[in-house]
Amino acid sequence: MIKNKMKNKIKLTAGDIIFNILNYLFFSIFTLICILPFYYLFINTISDNELAKRGLITLWPSGLHINNYIQVFKLRGLGQAALISIGRTVIGTALTVFASAFVGYLVTKQEMWGRKFWYRYIIITMYFSAGLVPWYMNMVALHLTNNFLAYIIPGIVAPFNIILVKTYIESIPPSLEESAAMDGAGIIRIFVNIIWPLITPILATIAIFCAVGAWNSFTDTLFLMTDEKFFTLQYVLYRYLNEANYLASIMRSGTNTGMVSAAQQLSARTIQMTISMVVVIPILLVYPFLQKYFVKGIMIGAVKG
Amino acid sequence: MSGRVTPKGKRFTIPVKYRLLLMLLPFVILITLFAYLPLAGWRFAFFNYRPGIPLKWSDFVGFDWFMTIVNTPARQAEIVRVVKNTLAMSGLGILTSWCPIAFAVLLSEIKNMRFRKVVQTLTTIPNFISWVLVYSFAFVLFSVDAGLVNRLLMDMGFITRGINFLLESDHIWLKMTAWGMWKGLGWGAIMYLAAIAGIDQELYEAARVDGAGRFRQMWNITIPGLLPTYFVLLMLSIANLINNGMDQYLVFRNAMNKDTIEVLDLYVYTLGFGSGTTTGIPFATAVSMLKSIVSITLLFAANSLSKLLRGESII
Repeated sequence: MIKNKMKNKIKLTAGDIIFNILNYLFFSIFTLICILPFYYLFINTISDNELAKRGLITLWPSGLHINNYIQVFKLRGLGQAALISIGRTVIGTALTVFASAFVGYLVTKQEMWGRKFWYRYIIITMYFSAGLVPWYMNMVALHLTNNFLAYIIPGIVAPFNIILVKTYIESIPPSLEESAAMDGAGIIRIFVNIIWPLITPILATIAIFCAVGAWNSFTDTLFLMTDEKFFTLQYVLYRYLNEANYLASIMRSGTNTGMVSAAQQLSARTIQMTISMVVVIPILLVYPFLQKYFVKGIMIGAVKG
Repeated sequence: MSGRVTPKGKRFTIPVKYRLLLMLLPFVILITLFAYLPLAGWRFAFFNYRPGIPLKWSDFVGFDWFMTIVNTPARQAEIVRVVKNTLAMSGLGILTSWCPIAFAVLLSEIKNMRFRKVVQTLTTIPNFISWVLVYSFAFVLFSVDAGLVNRLLMDMGFITRGINFLLESDHIWLKMTAWGMWKGLGWGAIMYLAAIAGIDQELYEAARVDGAGRFRQMWNITIPGLLPTYFVLLMLSIANLINNGMDQYLVFRNAMNKDTIEVLDLYVYTLGFGSGTTTGIPFATAVSMLKSIVSITLLFAANSLSKLLRGESII
């Protein structure tokens, strides 16, 4: 019976074969289009800068060197921007994950006074917004302009993540929690010792999405920060792409003197490409972990979003 | 419930129901500060507010700022243009919303699991980079003098001089949709791929026994199996019709294309932050307000539609 089925599957009509070929072709081309930009930028940043400048590096690197990556961090503000980017990503993610877990747990506690009301009070904020300008005026009033905390505090309570955690906890058999409560464990004890270990899979999903979001965001810097000391890598890249003056001022302060040969000297184009790679490499590094969790994440989101 | 004995031996209890609320309180305060408090900023729309002058010294003007949208021809033209851009690009998004389904259905027809995995992995990567980075890629690939695309076109003899793809203002709506597709197609297909994996295999068996070919199976089993998911996403995109964000349009905007690329979110930003004029803030607030009200209405409309057609709500 099973053998028969296998045979049936292998028998292909001419139409099937053409379809298969076109199908493979389509996906090969689309996949190539998706990753080509990454590859193109990468080979250009590690190639001879003279060639790269003239656009002669098209498919293969040539004149390999990694000087761009060393030089680019010597530019004014780049090291600081990297620190801010890393700082906001790490601290922001840690706090959001903790808050999502704790709030998600608290809102499952039936005993809480007005539980339903508070849960809705938090969740409903997903569906409205005051708008950009009122939001900005509010941030000004809270002294969160030119302040590192502006990257962290507003994102701590994330309604969607709270839904994810709450749904996840509700799928855990309540007996575990009940028996711990019977033994006299308090709310915090139960959260730390029982709930937290059980919900780590969903917390990992949240952490990854949150980290990618924090790393990628640049409009908050645009709205709130005028002091260069709070610029993130994304924002510096944005400025490079938009303001030739800004790039020129950075380059004047750079280290394009003596020491390095023409082939390794930074140009506007190589700076821009190298920073792009610096911004994208961390994403590519966490991507394998990301992939493991994101399907799970969006499926839960789809069910309860 | 049980009280606690402090070292001093004094008994005190906060009932559990309040203790839980007390623990939640800091987070309630945070959400109040960052989601509810900004609503108070809507009052700026009713005053002749100028930055630097406290609101209490500003003139109350009632709905004047709202009325300028209909009273002032220049404003009116501007709003019409921006709304047109917004609806056009959201509309193109909705028109192409079947693409992730097609992507998923076709990908699931590929029997080589390794190839499938590689495609799925590599096509989702663009979703995880920022629009700044997308623009940076575009900048490098399409620049006039050294960009890969111009270089290849020139090498192959199609053109003699570089084309400035990014500065051209033609077909901006389509170009933006295409970039959105590059970034989001593979990602958008993931949910459908998961849904396909959940379709009962016996349905296919039965169809095969009945002599249904591959395309019949796709059309009559796979696609109907995906429609519920599609419907929810479609309703959400209707709810978000006027919220297409500003990141993408901000990075791609330039002097040439700014008239056709400006969507509502970007318009509000330009009014409030960009122009440097003093009338910006109250009018931008008024537009924000209208936008919030319309989008809440759309959300409820989409939700009712969903309840009516499928008996399920989306919020």
